[in-house]
Amino acid sequence: MKKSKLFLGLSILGLACTILVAADHIDAPAVQGGTADITDFYSFQGENTSNLVFVANVKGLLSPTASASASFDEGVLVEFNIDNNNDNVEDLVIQAIPRNGKMYFFGPVAPGTAGTSSTIKTNNLLGSVSITPYGSQAITSVQSGVNLFAGLRDDPFFFDFGQYSEIIAGNASSFNNPGTDTFAGSNVMSIVVELPKSMLGGSGTLNTWVETKRK
Amino acid sequence: MKSIQYKRLFASLIIASFIVGCSDDDSVSYEQPLDFSGTYTQQDQMGRPAINTVFVSSANKDAFNTTTPSSMNASFQSAFENQLLALNPNYTTNLLGLDAPSFTGVLATDVLGVSTTGTTTFYDGNNVLTGRALADDVIDVELILIFGGPTNADNVGLTSDHVDANDKAFLSSFPYLASPW
Repeated sequence: MKKSKLFLGLSILGLACTILVAADHIDAPAVQGGTADITDFYSFQGENTSNLVFVANVKGLLSPTASASASFDEGVLVEFNIDNNNDNVEDLVIQAIPRNGKMYFFGPVAPGTAGTSSTIKTNNLLGSVSITPYGSQAITSVQSGVNLFAGLRDDPFFFDFGQYSEIIAGNASSFNNPGTDTFAGSNVMSIVVELPKSMLGGSGTLNTWVETKRK
Repeated sequence: MKSIQYKRLFASLIIASFIVGCSDDDSVSYEQPLDFSGTYTQQDQMGRPAINTVFVSSANKDAFNTTTPSSMNASFQSAFENQLLALNPNYTTNLLGLDAPSFTGVLATDVLGVSTTGTTTFYDGNNVLTGRALADDVIDVELILIFGGPTNADNVGLTSDHVDANDKAFLSSFPYLASPW
Protein backbone atom coordinates (compact mmCIF):
# COMPACT_ATOMS: atom_id res chain seq x y z
CA MET A 1 0.00 0.00 0.00
CA LYS A 2 2.69 2.35 1.05
CA LYS A 3 4.76 1.76 -2.05
CA SER A 4 1.91 1.64 -4.54
CA LYS A 5 0.72 5.00 -3.27
CA LEU A 6 4.19 6.40 -3.65
CA PHE A 7 4.51 5.19 -7.21
CA LEU A 8 1.06 6.39 -8.12
CA GLY A 9 2.27 9.81 -7.02
CA LEU A 10 5.43 9.46 -9.07
CA SER A 11 3.52 8.30 -12.14
CA ILE A 12 1.17 11.26 -12.06
CA LEU A 13 4.16 13.54 -11.81
CA GLY A 14 5.73 11.69 -14.72
CA LEU A 15 2.98 12.73 -17.08
CA ALA A 16 4.15 16.28 -16.80
CA CYS A 17 7.83 15.42 -17.31
CA THR A 18 8.46 14.51 -20.91
CA ILE A 19 11.64 16.39 -21.75
CA LEU A 20 15.14 15.72 -20.52
CA VAL A 21 15.71 17.89 -17.50
CA ALA A 22 18.22 17.57 -14.70
CA ALA A 23 20.29 19.87 -12.46
CA ASP A 24 18.89 22.84 -14.29
CA HIS A 25 19.62 21.51 -17.77
CA ILE A 26 16.80 22.31 -20.21
CA ASP A 27 14.63 23.27 -17.27
CA ALA A 28 12.03 25.49 -18.91
CA PRO A 29 10.45 26.10 -22.32
CA ALA A 30 11.80 29.61 -22.88
CA VAL A 31 15.46 28.72 -22.49
CA GLN A 32 15.81 25.01 -23.11
CA GLY A 33 19.21 24.06 -24.43
CA GLY A 34 20.05 27.56 -25.65
CA THR A 35 22.86 29.93 -24.76
CA ALA A 36 20.78 31.43 -21.94
CA ASP A 37 19.97 28.01 -20.42
CA ILE A 38 21.83 27.67 -17.14
CA THR A 39 22.74 24.04 -16.45
CA ASP A 40 24.51 24.45 -13.12
CA PHE A 41 25.77 26.88 -10.55
CA TYR A 42 28.54 26.23 -8.01
CA SER A 43 30.09 28.34 -5.28
CA PHE A 44 32.96 27.10 -3.16
CA GLN A 45 36.14 28.12 -1.36
CA GLY A 46 39.16 28.39 -3.66
CA GLU A 47 42.51 26.65 -3.50
CA ASN A 48 43.59 29.91 -1.87
CA THR A 49 41.19 29.77 1.07
CA SER A 50 40.89 33.57 1.13
CA ASN A 51 39.03 33.30 -2.16
CA LEU A 52 35.58 32.23 -3.26
CA VAL A 53 34.88 30.59 -6.64
CA PHE A 54 31.73 31.01 -8.71
CA VAL A 55 30.93 28.72 -11.64
CA ALA A 56 28.07 29.18 -14.10
CA ASN A 57 27.52 26.59 -16.80
CA VAL A 58 25.21 27.15 -19.78
CA LYS A 59 24.20 25.22 -22.87
CA GLY A 60 24.51 21.66 -21.58
CA LEU A 61 24.62 18.22 -23.14
CA LEU A 62 27.13 19.18 -25.83
CA SER A 63 28.64 16.15 -27.51
CA PRO A 64 32.31 16.39 -28.56
CA THR A 65 31.06 16.75 -32.15
CA ALA A 66 28.77 19.63 -31.24
CA SER A 67 31.43 21.25 -29.04
CA ALA A 68 33.65 22.48 -31.86
CA SER A 69 30.99 24.91 -33.04
CA ALA A 70 29.58 25.84 -29.62
CA SER A 71 29.97 29.46 -28.56
CA PHE A 72 28.79 31.99 -26.03
CA ASP A 73 26.15 34.49 -27.13
CA GLU A 74 27.02 38.21 -27.21
CA GLY A 75 23.36 38.94 -26.50
CA VAL A 76 23.33 37.01 -23.23
CA LEU A 77 24.57 38.43 -19.94
CA VAL A 78 25.48 35.94 -17.21
CA GLU A 79 25.07 37.57 -13.81
CA PHE A 80 26.22 36.19 -10.46
CA ASN A 81 24.10 37.63 -7.64
CA ILE A 82 25.36 38.10 -4.09
CA ASP A 83 23.11 38.95 -1.15
CA ASN A 84 25.31 39.78 1.82
CA ASN A 85 22.62 40.86 4.33
CA ASN A 86 20.25 37.87 4.11
CA ASP A 87 17.19 39.48 2.53
CA ASN A 88 17.43 37.50 -0.75
CA VAL A 89 17.92 40.73 -2.69
CA GLU A 90 21.22 41.08 -4.51
CA ASP A 91 23.59 43.66 -3.01
CA LEU A 92 26.37 42.93 -5.50
CA VAL A 93 26.53 41.47 -8.98
CA ILE A 94 29.38 40.06 -11.06
CA GLN A 95 28.49 40.34 -14.74
CA ALA A 96 30.04 38.29 -17.57
CA ILE A 97 29.41 38.91 -21.26
CA PRO A 98 31.41 37.99 -24.38
CA ARG A 99 32.67 40.38 -27.04
CA ASN A 100 34.95 39.48 -29.97
CA GLY A 101 36.28 36.23 -28.52
CA LYS A 102 36.83 37.53 -25.00
CA MET A 103 34.71 37.27 -21.88
CA TYR A 104 34.44 40.61 -20.06
CA PHE A 105 33.68 40.68 -16.34
CA PHE A 106 32.27 43.63 -14.37
CA GLY A 107 31.86 44.00 -10.58
CA PRO A 108 31.42 43.01 -7.85
CA VAL A 109 29.27 46.14 -7.76
CA ALA A 110 25.81 47.17 -6.64
CA PRO A 111 23.39 46.63 -9.53
CA GLY A 112 21.75 49.67 -11.11
CA THR A 113 18.45 48.19 -10.02
CA ALA A 114 17.91 44.83 -8.33
CA GLY A 115 15.68 42.31 -10.05
CA THR A 116 14.99 41.00 -13.52
CA SER A 117 16.38 43.85 -15.69
CA SER A 118 20.05 44.78 -15.83
CA THR A 119 22.36 47.24 -17.47
CA ILE A 120 26.05 46.48 -17.72
CA LYS A 121 28.23 48.24 -15.15
CA THR A 122 30.88 49.37 -17.62
CA ASN A 123 32.62 51.61 -15.06
CA ASN A 124 33.44 48.56 -12.93
CA LEU A 125 35.55 46.33 -15.15
CA LEU A 126 36.91 43.38 -13.18
CA GLY A 127 38.93 41.99 -16.08
CA SER A 128 38.71 40.01 -19.28
CA VAL A 129 39.96 36.71 -20.61
CA SER A 130 40.18 35.18 -24.07
CA ILE A 131 37.56 32.46 -24.48
CA THR A 132 39.45 29.16 -24.63
CA PRO A 133 38.94 27.53 -28.05
CA TYR A 134 37.79 23.90 -28.06
CA GLY A 135 40.81 21.62 -27.98
CA SER A 136 43.18 24.20 -26.46
CA GLN A 137 44.68 24.30 -22.98
CA ALA A 138 42.61 26.42 -20.59
CA ILE A 139 43.41 30.12 -21.02
CA THR A 140 43.12 31.88 -17.67
CA SER A 141 43.53 35.48 -16.64
CA VAL A 142 45.06 36.28 -13.25
CA GLN A 143 45.11 39.92 -12.22
CA SER A 144 44.93 41.55 -8.77
CA GLY A 145 44.04 38.25 -7.09
CA VAL A 146 41.17 37.61 -9.51
CA ASN A 147 41.13 34.50 -11.73
CA LEU A 148 38.94 34.33 -14.83
CA PHE A 149 38.06 31.55 -17.29
CA ALA A 150 35.50 31.07 -20.05
CA GLY A 151 35.18 28.13 -22.42
CA LEU A 152 34.15 24.53 -22.84
CA ARG A 153 34.60 22.08 -19.96
CA ASP A 154 33.46 18.59 -19.12
CA ASP A 155 29.98 18.87 -17.56
CA PRO A 156 30.73 18.42 -13.84
CA PHE A 157 27.19 17.28 -13.10
CA PHE A 158 26.55 13.57 -12.53
CA PHE A 159 23.19 11.83 -12.19
CA ASP A 160 21.46 8.69 -13.44
CA PHE A 161 18.78 10.77 -15.05
CA GLY A 162 17.73 7.90 -17.29
CA GLN A 163 16.71 5.70 -14.36
CA TYR A 164 15.14 8.65 -12.54
CA SER A 165 12.94 9.17 -15.60
CA GLU A 166 11.96 5.50 -15.61
CA ILE A 167 10.98 5.75 -11.94
CA ILE A 168 8.99 8.94 -12.53
CA ALA A 169 7.29 7.31 -15.51
CA GLY A 170 6.25 4.35 -13.35
CA ASN A 171 8.43 1.88 -15.27
CA ALA A 172 10.87 1.19 -12.43
CA SER A 173 10.66 1.12 -8.65
CA SER A 174 14.24 1.92 -7.68
CA PHE A 175 17.61 3.11 -8.91
CA ASN A 176 20.16 0.65 -10.27
CA ASN A 177 23.39 -0.15 -8.47
CA PRO A 178 25.69 0.83 -10.01
CA GLY A 179 23.86 3.63 -11.81
CA THR A 180 24.68 5.16 -15.18
CA ASP A 181 25.83 8.78 -15.39
CA THR A 182 23.59 10.35 -18.03
CA PHE A 183 26.02 13.29 -18.32
CA ALA A 184 29.16 11.23 -18.89
CA GLY A 185 31.04 12.34 -21.98
CA SER A 186 29.17 15.62 -22.42
CA ASN A 187 30.45 19.19 -22.27
CA VAL A 188 29.12 22.58 -21.16
CA MET A 189 30.06 26.23 -21.71
CA SER A 190 31.64 27.35 -18.42
CA ILE A 191 32.34 30.71 -16.84
CA VAL A 192 34.57 30.56 -13.75
CA VAL A 193 35.46 33.50 -11.50
CA GLU A 194 37.66 33.29 -8.40
CA LEU A 195 38.08 36.39 -6.27
CA PRO A 196 38.94 37.45 -2.72
CA LYS A 197 36.10 36.95 -0.23
CA SER A 198 36.86 40.47 0.98
CA MET A 199 35.28 41.83 -2.21
CA LEU A 200 31.92 40.27 -1.35
CA GLY A 201 31.02 41.75 2.05
CA GLY A 202 28.78 40.01 4.56
CA SER A 203 29.60 38.47 7.90
CA GLY A 204 30.12 34.79 7.31
CA THR A 205 27.29 33.72 5.01
CA LEU A 206 26.17 34.88 1.58
CA ASN A 207 23.10 34.00 -0.44
CA THR A 208 24.10 33.52 -4.06
CA TRP A 209 22.47 32.64 -7.37
CA VAL A 210 23.07 33.07 -11.08
CA GLU A 211 20.88 34.56 -13.78
CA THR A 212 21.02 34.83 -17.55
CA LYS A 213 19.63 37.96 -19.13
CA ARG A 214 19.11 38.67 -22.82
CA LYS A 215 19.28 42.00 -24.66
CA MET B 1 20.78 63.25 -35.12
CA LYS B 2 24.40 63.63 -36.09
CA SER B 3 25.43 64.87 -32.67
CA ILE B 4 23.69 61.90 -31.03
CA GLN B 5 25.70 59.56 -33.24
CA TYR B 6 28.91 61.32 -32.31
CA LYS B 7 28.03 61.10 -28.63
CA ARG B 8 27.40 57.37 -28.95
CA LEU B 9 30.65 56.85 -30.80
CA PHE B 10 32.51 58.89 -28.23
CA ALA B 11 30.95 56.90 -25.36
CA SER B 12 31.85 53.63 -27.04
CA LEU B 13 35.44 54.74 -27.57
CA ILE B 14 35.77 55.75 -23.92
CA ILE B 15 34.52 52.34 -22.82
CA ALA B 16 36.76 50.56 -25.31
CA SER B 17 39.88 52.46 -24.33
CA PHE B 18 39.15 51.84 -20.66
CA ILE B 19 38.88 48.12 -21.25
CA VAL B 20 42.01 47.90 -23.38
CA GLY B 21 43.89 49.90 -20.81
CA CYS B 22 42.88 47.74 -17.89
CA SER B 23 43.36 44.31 -19.40
CA ASP B 24 46.61 42.37 -19.33
CA ASP B 25 45.27 40.27 -22.15
CA ASP B 26 45.06 42.95 -24.84
CA SER B 27 46.57 41.03 -27.72
CA VAL B 28 44.45 43.10 -30.07
CA SER B 29 45.64 46.66 -29.66
CA TYR B 30 43.04 48.38 -31.79
CA GLU B 31 39.73 46.75 -31.01
CA GLN B 32 36.43 47.75 -32.46
CA PRO B 33 34.51 49.91 -30.00
CA LEU B 34 32.70 47.57 -27.64
CA ASP B 35 29.00 48.15 -27.17
CA PHE B 36 27.70 47.12 -23.75
CA SER B 37 24.64 49.36 -23.93
CA GLY B 38 21.04 48.34 -23.49
CA THR B 39 18.81 46.56 -21.02
CA TYR B 40 19.12 42.84 -20.42
CA THR B 41 16.01 40.94 -19.33
CA GLN B 42 16.01 37.80 -17.24
CA GLN B 43 15.74 34.39 -18.94
CA ASP B 44 16.92 31.79 -16.44
CA GLN B 45 17.79 31.66 -12.75
CA MET B 46 19.41 29.04 -10.53
CA GLY B 47 20.51 28.79 -6.92
CA ARG B 48 20.41 25.17 -5.79
CA PRO B 49 20.55 22.23 -8.19
CA ALA B 50 17.41 20.64 -9.64
CA ILE B 51 14.90 22.87 -7.85
CA ASN B 52 13.01 24.12 -10.90
CA THR B 53 13.26 20.69 -12.49
CA VAL B 54 11.84 18.74 -9.56
CA PHE B 55 9.47 21.12 -7.81
CA VAL B 56 7.98 23.45 -10.40
CA SER B 57 5.15 22.36 -12.69
CA SER B 58 5.67 22.59 -16.44
CA ALA B 59 3.31 25.54 -16.76
CA ASN B 60 5.23 27.57 -14.17
CA LYS B 61 8.85 26.83 -15.10
CA ASP B 62 9.41 30.01 -17.10
CA ALA B 63 7.65 32.06 -14.43
CA PHE B 64 9.86 30.58 -11.70
CA ASN B 65 12.97 31.43 -13.72
CA THR B 66 11.95 35.09 -13.91
CA THR B 67 10.82 35.57 -10.32
CA THR B 68 13.22 37.34 -7.98
CA PRO B 69 14.29 35.16 -5.01
CA SER B 70 12.72 37.53 -2.48
CA SER B 71 9.30 36.87 -4.09
CA MET B 72 9.67 33.12 -4.63
CA ASN B 73 8.42 31.94 -1.25
CA ALA B 74 5.13 33.81 -1.48
CA SER B 75 4.57 32.69 -5.07
CA PHE B 76 5.69 29.08 -4.98
CA GLN B 77 5.92 27.56 -1.48
CA SER B 78 2.47 25.95 -1.48
CA ALA B 79 3.01 24.47 -4.96
CA PHE B 80 6.36 23.08 -3.78
CA GLU B 81 4.65 21.46 -0.81
CA ASN B 82 2.07 19.83 -3.08
CA GLN B 83 4.83 18.56 -5.33
CA LEU B 84 6.82 17.15 -2.40
CA LEU B 85 3.75 15.22 -1.27
CA ALA B 86 3.10 14.02 -4.82
CA LEU B 87 6.65 12.67 -4.98
CA ASN B 88 6.47 11.12 -1.52
CA PRO B 89 2.91 10.83 -0.15
CA ASN B 90 4.30 9.41 3.11
CA TYR B 91 6.58 12.40 3.80
CA THR B 92 6.63 13.36 7.46
CA THR B 93 10.00 14.96 8.16
CA ASN B 94 13.50 14.44 6.79
CA LEU B 95 17.05 14.04 8.04
CA LEU B 96 17.13 17.79 8.78
CA GLY B 97 13.98 17.44 10.93
CA LEU B 98 11.97 19.66 8.59
CA ASP B 99 8.27 19.01 8.06
CA ALA B 100 6.75 19.56 4.62
CA PRO B 101 5.92 23.28 5.02
CA SER B 102 9.34 24.04 6.54
CA PHE B 103 11.33 22.03 3.99
CA THR B 104 9.50 23.50 1.01
CA GLY B 105 9.77 26.95 2.61
CA VAL B 106 13.55 26.56 2.45
CA LEU B 107 13.52 25.16 -1.08
CA ALA B 108 11.15 27.68 -2.66
CA THR B 109 13.61 30.53 -2.21
CA ASP B 110 16.13 29.27 -4.75
CA VAL B 111 19.38 30.73 -3.47
CA LEU B 112 22.59 28.92 -2.55
CA GLY B 113 23.94 29.76 0.90
CA VAL B 114 27.74 30.04 0.91
CA SER B 115 30.03 30.26 3.91
CA THR B 116 32.86 32.77 3.72
CA THR B 117 34.50 31.46 6.87
CA GLY B 118 34.80 27.71 6.47
CA THR B 119 33.93 24.53 4.59
CA THR B 120 31.82 25.02 1.49
CA THR B 121 29.66 22.00 0.77
CA PHE B 122 26.10 21.11 -0.14
CA TYR B 123 26.15 18.51 2.63
CA ASP B 124 29.09 16.55 4.04
CA GLY B 125 27.56 14.96 7.13
CA ASN B 126 28.38 17.97 9.31
CA ASN B 127 27.81 21.09 7.24
CA VAL B 128 24.51 21.73 5.47
CA LEU B 129 24.12 24.16 2.56
CA THR B 130 27.35 26.08 3.08
CA GLY B 131 28.02 26.12 -0.66
CA ARG B 132 28.24 23.69 -3.53
CA ALA B 133 31.55 22.10 -4.45
CA LEU B 134 32.08 20.35 -7.78
CA ALA B 135 32.33 16.86 -6.27
CA ASP B 136 29.29 17.15 -3.99
CA ASP B 137 26.76 14.41 -4.71
CA VAL B 138 23.88 16.86 -4.66
CA ILE B 139 21.37 14.46 -6.20
CA ASP B 140 21.81 11.88 -3.43
CA VAL B 141 21.43 14.65 -0.84
CA GLU B 142 18.18 15.79 -2.41
CA LEU B 143 16.87 12.22 -2.81
CA ILE B 144 17.62 11.53 0.86
CA LEU B 145 15.85 14.71 1.95
CA ILE B 146 12.79 13.99 -0.24
CA PHE B 147 12.46 10.21 0.18
CA GLY B 148 14.60 9.11 3.14
CA GLY B 149 12.31 10.12 6.02
CA PRO B 150 13.52 11.28 9.44
CA THR B 151 16.35 8.73 9.71
CA ASN B 152 17.07 8.03 6.03
CA ALA B 153 15.61 4.55 6.48
CA ASP B 154 12.58 4.98 4.17
CA ASN B 155 12.37 4.16 0.46
CA VAL B 156 15.89 2.72 0.31
CA GLY B 157 15.72 2.15 -3.46
CA LEU B 158 15.10 5.86 -4.05
CA THR B 159 17.66 7.57 -1.82
CA SER B 160 20.72 7.14 -4.05
CA ASP B 161 21.15 6.98 -7.81
CA HIS B 162 24.46 5.14 -7.24
CA VAL B 163 26.37 7.60 -9.41
CA ASP B 164 28.66 9.04 -6.78
CA ALA B 165 31.27 10.96 -8.74
CA ASN B 166 31.92 12.80 -11.98
CA ASP B 167 33.17 10.95 -15.05
CA LYS B 168 36.39 13.04 -15.10
CA ALA B 169 38.58 14.07 -12.19
CA PHE B 170 38.35 17.71 -11.15
CA LEU B 171 41.45 19.90 -10.95
CA SER B 172 42.88 21.07 -7.63
CA SER B 173 43.64 24.48 -9.14
CA PHE B 174 41.78 27.08 -11.19
CA PRO B 175 39.66 26.60 -13.30
CA TYR B 176 38.88 23.43 -11.28
CA LEU B 177 36.52 21.94 -13.92
CA ALA B 178 37.94 19.12 -16.06
CA SER B 179 38.92 19.69 -19.69
CA PRO B 180 36.18 18.96 -22.23
CA TRP B 181 35.66 15.64 -24.03
